[in-house]
Amino acid sequence: MTTSSMIASPAQGSSAPGGGGPLPRRRALGAETVFRGTTTVAGAMVLVIIVAIATFLVIRALPSLGANQESFWTYEGWFADSDPPQFGIAALAFGTVLTSTLALMLAVPVALGIALFLSHYAPRRMAAPLGFAVDLLAAVPSVVFGLWGRDWFYEPVSSLSSWLHSVAGWLPLFGSDGPYGKSVLLGSTVLAIMILPIITSLSREVFVKTPTANEEAALALGATRWEMIRTAVLPYGRPGIIAAVMLGLGRALGETIALALTLGSTYAIGLDLLGPGGNTIAANIANRFGEANATGRSALIASGLVLFAITLVVNVTARAIIYRRREFTESAA
Amino acid sequence: MATRIEACGVSAYYGSFKAIDAVTMTIEPKSVTALIGPSGCGKSTFLRSINRMHEVLPGAHVEGQLLLDGQDIYHREVDVTAVRRMIGMVFQRPNPFPTMSIYDNVVAGLKLNGVKRKPALDNACEKALVRANLWDEVRDRLSRPGAGLSGGQQQRLCIARAIAVEPQVLLMDEPCSALDPISTLAIEDLINELKNQYTIVIVTHNMQQAARVSDRTGFFSIDRTGEPGRLIEYDDTSKIFTNPAMKRTEDYITGRFG
Ligand SMILES: Nc1ncnc2c1ncn2[C@@H]1O[C@H](COP(=O)(O)OP(=O)(O)OP(=O)(O)O)[C@@H](O)[C@H]1O
Ligand SMILES: [Mg+2]
Repeated sequence: MTTSSMIASPAQGSSAPGGGGPLPRRRALGAETVFRGTTTVAGAMVLVIIVAIATFLVIRALPSLGANQESFWTYEGWFADSDPPQFGIAALAFGTVLTSTLALMLAVPVALGIALFLSHYAPRRMAAPLGFAVDLLAAVPSVVFGLWGRDWFYEPVSSLSSWLHSVAGWLPLFGSDGPYGKSVLLGSTVLAIMILPIITSLSREVFVKTPTANEEAALALGATRWEMIRTAVLPYGRPGIIAAVMLGLGRALGETIALALTLGSTYAIGLDLLGPGGNTIAANIANRFGEANATGRSALIASGLVLFAITLVVNVTARAIIYRRREFTESAA
Repeated sequence: MATRIEACGVSAYYGSFKAIDAVTMTIEPKSVTALIGPSGCGKSTFLRSINRMHEVLPGAHVEGQLLLDGQDIYHREVDVTAVRRMIGMVFQRPNPFPTMSIYDNVVAGLKLNGVKRKPALDNACEKALVRANLWDEVRDRLSRPGAGLSGGQQQRLCIARAIAVEPQVLLMDEPCSALDPISTLAIEDLINELKNQYTIVIVTHNMQQAARVSDRTGFFSIDRTGEPGRLIEYDDTSKIFTNPAMKRTEDYITGRFG
């Protein structure tokens, strides 16, 4: 009796779809409200945390900036532990951007090539396990590749350096005549290895998702496979590629240990890629934080603030690029 | 610039599954041929084997001969992309390139053909859009995304894209199935105009549409699922719809199928 009336009730009750009677009332505290509340709080938390980090960095950085005898923005050197302290961010910021840019230039074409090979050229039987392998590699902490790459590439990069100098030594980039060892080129190469799997993995995922209808539209117009990739796959994947590259760049900008071990730790702005030299904000923090005194630490935190700002600018730029083309990509799916 | 298509014993496979068996038919130049038949009987498969799009799917292949003005497009030495450039295709669901503007969509095929001069592209774009009956609706928003148009407009955009390269044959797979009656009529009018220039093959589930637009009709069917589809009857449209030779055709057309 009870069971049958319960089963029957939806058909007769007020909530019957199209069954007459008053419409069901909106529930005051349903799962919807709870969910909306939770997500709003979580979103607000992110903002609070970012502001808290920035405030913390600023407060800790101020003492050393006040004591600094040189211009923080232009001075090329780091004597933050001396009394009075003298330090500047110029060379470090420049080195950070230079090393990361070079690493991207080395890694992105290779990563996109591998990703396209896996998504559109490799025979199916090969593509699936290889794609899985790349995804696994992307999940390995990048410092593992960094340390491996350092041992592996030390000699080849030295030989490459002397070759580059011999054929194009007149370029400032390749001006150094040795000895070749720790250098911007070595650091960037190692950095490129570190960010290669994540860029490959993310862009492969994007390429695989290209709608078949778009690919067939291109093929039916008589496109070769490469032309099909250029007309359908790459434009469709563009926001995804940008996101992948930005994630790689984020990793590159913040990388510490591997660069502390492969760059020359100098404090001069220079375009020379081959000679001993190069430095980045993160590597400098890793190298110095342990032995720094109070002012030294404060100075390092000031440099961290600049890195924070650089990362922010990079991300906002990426967002802007994606946003500018949104009406062409939002309707894509 | 229209072309005769002769299929001689064309069979198409998905892996080891035979989807159509030994289809033989001749499609005359500057005519509209409708392909009708129950779902799953291989109409799309046959249509896609006419421009070698069937083999794009992994494991799919075609056997038999398909002659385009006497030349076998499945010959070993034939360049697939050249075949596809001669045979335009319009798909069931409108598929404009989502990242491209209306203009870029229309000239995409021309760019693939190496046409680079802006005046030539502008000219071809306008011409194709006019012929696809879309020009008046989009003339002042050519740089807007093609995917922002309505479904019917998108389908006409896809037709414009297909005819912009001046193909010799136009294949259409249920081009109106996602459209409202007005857009459907617009596309049917368009087909009537286009047949002065092109050889058109259209797959449709709409009997009235087949009767309205086509000169010849081919009826495909299957005996049961798992069996390959066959061409049961192929004749003038008026004959198929008034006095078909085969009982099965009559059953299907009068709705007594199944
Ligand atoms: N990608 C595919 N892989 C495997 N089998 C397929 C594939 N596409 C179609 N088939 C099979 O081939 C047969 C013919 O399919 P086809 O799409 O040509 O039928 P159709 O006549 O166009 O049907 P509809 O009217 O529903 O579009 C069907 O049995 C179908 O299941
Ligand atoms: Mg079909």
